[in-house]
Amino acid sequence: MYRPTRRRTPFLVGALVALGTTSLVACANSTTSRGAATCLAAPTTAGIDPIAAAKKDVRGTEITLVTHDSFAVSKGLLDAFTKETGITVTVLQSGDAGQLVSQAVLTAGKPVGDVLFGIDNTLLCRGLLADVFTSYASPALVDVPDALELDSHHRVTPVDVGDVCLNYAKAAFVRSAPPMSFDDLTTPAFKGTFVTENPETSSPGLAFLLATVAKYGDNGFEGYWKKLRANGLEVTSGWEQAYNESFGGGKGPRTVVTSYATSPAADLMFADPPLTEPTIGVVEDTCFRQIEFAGVLAGTKHPEAAARLIDFLLSKTFQEDIPANMFVFPANDKAALPKAFTSNVKLVAKPLTLDPVQIEAKRDDWTSRWTNVVLR
Amino acid sequence: MDERRIALNRRASLRGWRAFIATALPVTFLAIFFAYPVASVIARGLDGRGRIHPADVLAHASTWHVVWFTLWQAGVSTLLTLAVGLPAAWAVARNEFRGRSWVRTLVVVPFVMPTVVVGAALRSTFARFGLDHGTLRLDRTVWAILLAHVIFNVAVVVRVVGGYWETLDPRLVEAARTLGASRRQVWREVTFPHLKPALWSAATIVFLFCFTSFGVILVVGGPTRATLETEIWRFATQRTDFTTAAVLAIVQLVFVVVTVIMSTRAERRTAVSIGVRRLTRAPRPGTRAAKARVAVVVVLTLAFLLLPLAVLVERSLAVGNRYGLEHYRALMHRDDQSALLVAPIDAVKNSLVAAIEATAIAVIVGTSASFVVVGGRRALGRVLDASLMVPLGTSAVTLGFGILIALDEPPLDLRTSRLIVPIAQAIVGVPFVMRVTVPMLRQIDQRLREAAATLGASPSRVRREIDLPIVGRALAAAAGFAFAVSLGEFGATAFLARPDRPTVPVAMYRLLGQPGSSLRGQAMALGVVLTAITVVCVTVIDRAQRGRRVGW
Repeated sequence: MYRPTRRRTPFLVGALVALGTTSLVACANSTTSRGAATCLAAPTTAGIDPIAAAKKDVRGTEITLVTHDSFAVSKGLLDAFTKETGITVTVLQSGDAGQLVSQAVLTAGKPVGDVLFGIDNTLLCRGLLADVFTSYASPALVDVPDALELDSHHRVTPVDVGDVCLNYAKAAFVRSAPPMSFDDLTTPAFKGTFVTENPETSSPGLAFLLATVAKYGDNGFEGYWKKLRANGLEVTSGWEQAYNESFGGGKGPRTVVTSYATSPAADLMFADPPLTEPTIGVVEDTCFRQIEFAGVLAGTKHPEAAARLIDFLLSKTFQEDIPANMFVFPANDKAALPKAFTSNVKLVAKPLTLDPVQIEAKRDDWTSRWTNVVLR
Repeated sequence: MDERRIALNRRASLRGWRAFIATALPVTFLAIFFAYPVASVIARGLDGRGRIHPADVLAHASTWHVVWFTLWQAGVSTLLTLAVGLPAAWAVARNEFRGRSWVRTLVVVPFVMPTVVVGAALRSTFARFGLDHGTLRLDRTVWAILLAHVIFNVAVVVRVVGGYWETLDPRLVEAARTLGASRRQVWREVTFPHLKPALWSAATIVFLFCFTSFGVILVVGGPTRATLETEIWRFATQRTDFTTAAVLAIVQLVFVVVTVIMSTRAERRTAVSIGVRRLTRAPRPGTRAAKARVAVVVVLTLAFLLLPLAVLVERSLAVGNRYGLEHYRALMHRDDQSALLVAPIDAVKNSLVAAIEATAIAVIVGTSASFVVVGGRRALGRVLDASLMVPLGTSAVTLGFGILIALDEPPLDLRTSRLIVPIAQAIVGVPFVMRVTVPMLRQIDQRLREAAATLGASPSRVRREIDLPIVGRALAAAAGFAFAVSLGEFGATAFLARPDRPTVPVAMYRLLGQPGSSLRGQAMALGVVLTAITVVCVTVIDRAQRGRRVGW
């Protein structure tokens, strides 16, 4: 058995060396990519003029909205937009937010659509550095709090806001106290209760890692995760296995999970048989803020129609439809919330945040260090 | 009859314009929808715009850990799948019993089940038998990965090897037994040599499937295991590091090409052209012991394979603390609040339409390629044979992203076309069609053709009256398979930008991606509907072909 293996090795090594050489040649005239620090700097190209865009006759235009798999709207909502503007919208969906942004970077300048929705603050700089978007300052931004506008050059427009927080099963904490803070999870009372997602493969997993970085700092977060690991932490690849399987939607073997601040509302809305009160609780001190943006894709053939769609995404019609479909909060202050939202969930007052420039510069480093501490 | 004899008889029987069309079709298909996109995305990764140097990826020890784990889990999974699948293949191929065609159909069921479901089924079974903790822990181990791979791929062995086994003339076995050969001798001297090409075919497909396994590794294996496929996905989609992804894609391609070259060569070498006969009824197991053997094999195999289905059905019916049909009813209409843009039942329609189109493409491309491989110029046939297998071992991300950047200009602006989904699925279906039809065509007794030619039949008449009926039989198995592959396909489809026409697996993932017990129930109900449809369609395809008693 040993001999043939040895005989085959030189061939494979040879092939790989050959490939390596080819790639060396390919890299001879490489240019260094722009540093993360320049991500929020002014773009070099002119954007869409809002006044001209508003005047242009766009009736009969067909445009495409590129988004992730979590995008959802009520039936007929986009028809309202067509009725109002004469523009028809096709929705293209693919994968999670990471895949969406990677595809946009790969096709920068030759986009598959006209507007992208679904890039959040953890991925923002990745898209901006690849010049994926063209600037457009929507007049509808007057109703959006300034704090949400992370890009002052309006290449992206905030559409919704949400928090990634620790959730717990209320039924499991009737006699004992539920978790109140990050540190609670490292105490013996919570041994073997916590399940979270791998930040390398899951977006809520990444948000929670960023929350711990925001809380304990670049030097301190590894120590916190070491304690979590020692206290019986479970890690899954994706949200689905953590929330639906290990946490069992509130009935599983694990009783604390990384999920969203709106999980209690979804739990209530999609409960079967119906519930009167959510069975899921939220640990408010552990919330990391996620802002989702939309932007006009650079290279679009229909910039004016694309701009109108951005306006529509900020309109009360669309904004009031967001919560019950995508379980995040509207960016527009004037949008009314559905009942399940007003009584059961809220955006926390003081969420944890990190600067998108810093996230871009350090994310791969943080996730690699996390892997070393937690999985090795 | 040995290989040299066949080689001597071997002449290019496919010539002229027929040869040109039969060659041009698969070559063009492969070039446009596979080679060009993959080459484009790899070139883009190595264009020097990346954050790291390509050579650094190869220098990293972790790269080679991943390569090693990918290879050995695929190798062991393949051996285990053969071990589990061969008895089942024997049971359905060599014995006539009531419900035989059902068994043949039911083995395909796990093939279309989304990984999340099989993963969840395994985990809950582990938990029930106490295998989720302690020394006998199976949950989140390599063993769980291997087990899941066996469940998914047994169908390949049963259908590819079983279909071939059926064509072995039982009189050969009987003659050998009459002459005093022991059961073991018959296996070693008659059956096994006859089955070798089909074994190689099946083993290659299973190996490539496990080699590019994605969902099983992430869901069942947990966050500490990584294969080339999951790493390419992670670097390309989560880290937007196209350089590392491209280098890993090249490494993956190198191993796949080596595997495919070795296995197609082995398959060719082992081809024998004796003892093929027309399909008649297989013998009923005579003795009580023989009956018991068949029963044990069938029951054990089905129990093993249908376990995930049982969990799926149970969960689709569970409403709170009781059972009911609410989730099925909810599938029929689109709620104002749901994770989907369409009614879940529309996803079934989308899946069916895409699967029919994909099967048609796969059968047309695969069959013409098979004729070239068996009857065309030898060198050309060999290259084509190996090349069309390569997509099976190529990462879905590489292909999906490749299509996005390569097919972006007229006349090939197909990246957002509705047709791109069935085309991507057909790329996976073609190797199945070929692995079934090529060994079948190759085993056509050369004497039969020569006899026909001597009697004055033209080459095209030989093809029409001898080759095609035999291929027809193989096509049933192939088409059924391509159809099932397409219904369950999630990989390549997931990396295309799809118009809002979700297929069933896509819709299931979306429903499961949001909190809420009723959405979970609906996802499970949708999975049951998909399973039922698969069973119906595969049965119809199987029956349609078997009804035509072909042969000579």
